[in-house]
Amino acid sequence: MTLHELLLQPFTDFGFMRRALVACVALGLGSGPLGTLLVLRRMSLVGDAMAHALLPGVAVGFVLAGFSLTAMGVGGFVAALAVALLAGWVTRVTTQREDASFAAFYLIALAAGVMIISARGSPVDMMHVLFGSILAVDDAALLLVATVASVTLLALALIYRPLIVECFDPGFMRSVGGPGAAVHFAFLVLVVLNLVAGFQALGTLMAVGMMMLPALAARFWVRDVLQLAALSTLLAMASGLGGLLLSYHLNLPSGPAIVLLAGAIYVVSLVAGRQGSLLSGRFALLSHRAA
Amino acid sequence: MRGGGGATALALTPTLSQREREKGDLGEREREREKGGQGEREFMRRRALLHAAWAWPLTASFAHAQSPANAPLRVVTSFSILANITSEISGSLAEVTSLVGAGIDAHVYQPSPADAQRLAKADLIVINGLGFEGWIPRLIAASGARAPVVVASEGIAPRMLAGRPDPHAWQSLVHARRYVENIRAGLAAARPAQAAEFARRAASYLGRIDTLDAAARARFARIAPDQRRVISSHDAFGYLGDAYGIHFFAPQGRSTETEASAADMARVITQIRAQRIRAVFVENMGDRRLIDSVAREGRVGIGGTLYSDTLSPPGTAADTYLKLYAHNIESIAAALSSGVEQKP
Repeated sequence: MTLHELLLQPFTDFGFMRRALVACVALGLGSGPLGTLLVLRRMSLVGDAMAHALLPGVAVGFVLAGFSLTAMGVGGFVAALAVALLAGWVTRVTTQREDASFAAFYLIALAAGVMIISARGSPVDMMHVLFGSILAVDDAALLLVATVASVTLLALALIYRPLIVECFDPGFMRSVGGPGAAVHFAFLVLVVLNLVAGFQALGTLMAVGMMMLPALAARFWVRDVLQLAALSTLLAMASGLGGLLLSYHLNLPSGPAIVLLAGAIYVVSLVAGRQGSLLSGRFALLSHRAA
Repeated sequence: MRGGGGATALALTPTLSQREREKGDLGEREREREKGGQGEREFMRRRALLHAAWAWPLTASFAHAQSPANAPLRVVTSFSILANITSEISGSLAEVTSLVGAGIDAHVYQPSPADAQRLAKADLIVINGLGFEGWIPRLIAASGARAPVVVASEGIAPRMLAGRPDPHAWQSLVHARRYVENIRAGLAAARPAQAAEFARRAASYLGRIDTLDAAARARFARIAPDQRRVISSHDAFGYLGDAYGIHFFAPQGRSTETEASAADMARVITQIRAQRIRAVFVENMGDRRLIDSVAREGRVGIGGTLYSDTLSPPGTAADTYLKLYAHNIESIAAALSSGVEQKP
């Protein structure tokens, strides 16, 4: 098998492979920086919670309009946002911390979603909503993913400064009267938007993998926020490309192939990364002893 | 992803779980009960006889009693399509039952002792022949049935499939005419007094077959011959293909209900291009979006279920032979047309 057959031919021969690749690249563009910021804000699990919170909205959209991308997308967006807002509100008016209220509301949303699905929809179709299919991306889905990626990058550019300040010193942000809550909310909206875009292509659960795994892997290589965002974007795209090729050549399901590749990259980074990985820690210790 | 549907999940016959198959004979009894002929008591009596059948040699246990000339003729057919054709000809003059019921795959049918008893009590047995029901000679012998056996496909020159005759001859309306003729002759021989009525009903039924055949020819005439290329995972449609100049191709790649891989998708699309396919028939491909993706990329039409060996349950789309045939014709023609019209 030549290199051409290995890397290029799948994409030159098949439109669905090209679409899938473009979708992965677009998802990576949005997910990379967002994942990085989620990690920096110690919100790594919020992405997962949001993905579950999408479910009742997607289910309602599905029940009302069938397998409609728009209905399910809007439904999921509204539901996840409602969970985020409720969790934020409870955090402000009670003593409960945000992670706790998030956990409460996303679990309620998840159960409601499962209830709606089993009451009305066909379970088989809903399995596809949860897992999606990158191989079936059509023009509408592609447009959605690309739009979300563009909006995400533009919005991040606008709120970058307050967002970073809020990440590292929320107290300072409040003391100078910065728009902390607004920035936080805008950030959550972006996360939800990207998950909605991702669920069309990869499914709700796999979309989180595409967002978090590259960002977590990047943490073992670089420290600077911009470098982190760039590297995690790159790793997300590489997982997309590599996963699709694995799926093509080895006859593997594509969604899991992409996320598992991202997982493999994470494990390699965990072991061999330059910053605080298993090996780097040992080397640091050794060099310290030698000194 | 369960039920995700590989791009290649193109199995055509309704696949039945093992349990459904095993329930086949029970479903048959239930259908009989619904017909109102036999009640719960009859069912219990049969159970008792069934137990007796284990104890005594089958051949000795049942005395064959010809039903009196004024009672309906008891006809047992091997599968549901034959039962429907037979009852179209016999009308109320016969009580037609089928060993393999509607919606059940005759290929995997397991005869039960109750079936043997039903054969033993029959006045006439109708089978397809051409090796379709490999189990029937032994079952007839074991049941001690003395009723005449009509081989519905007799006189048909079968098409050959890997050196063996293709038994699915009813998939051609021309051959179906022969079926009607054979069954009519069998009924007339069993009840000479009612031969005229059988002939009248058979003639009317043949008229309906001819009408459908003409409609099918007209439908396909609107599709160019080189466009009539279809992927279907079932090899039952050779006769239909011969009749209307449709080329059927078997799908490549594995059949799967799990999430599709890019390799599966690529294989089907490559095949569509190489064989210039115009329509793909999918049965249990779970994810509609994947099917659409294949259709978009291969520029083909996508069709649903084609019925091959069995009628659908009563009250559904293909519960008679002619409805089944019309359904298949319309599905294929519609899928071919949409494939042709689809813009790049």
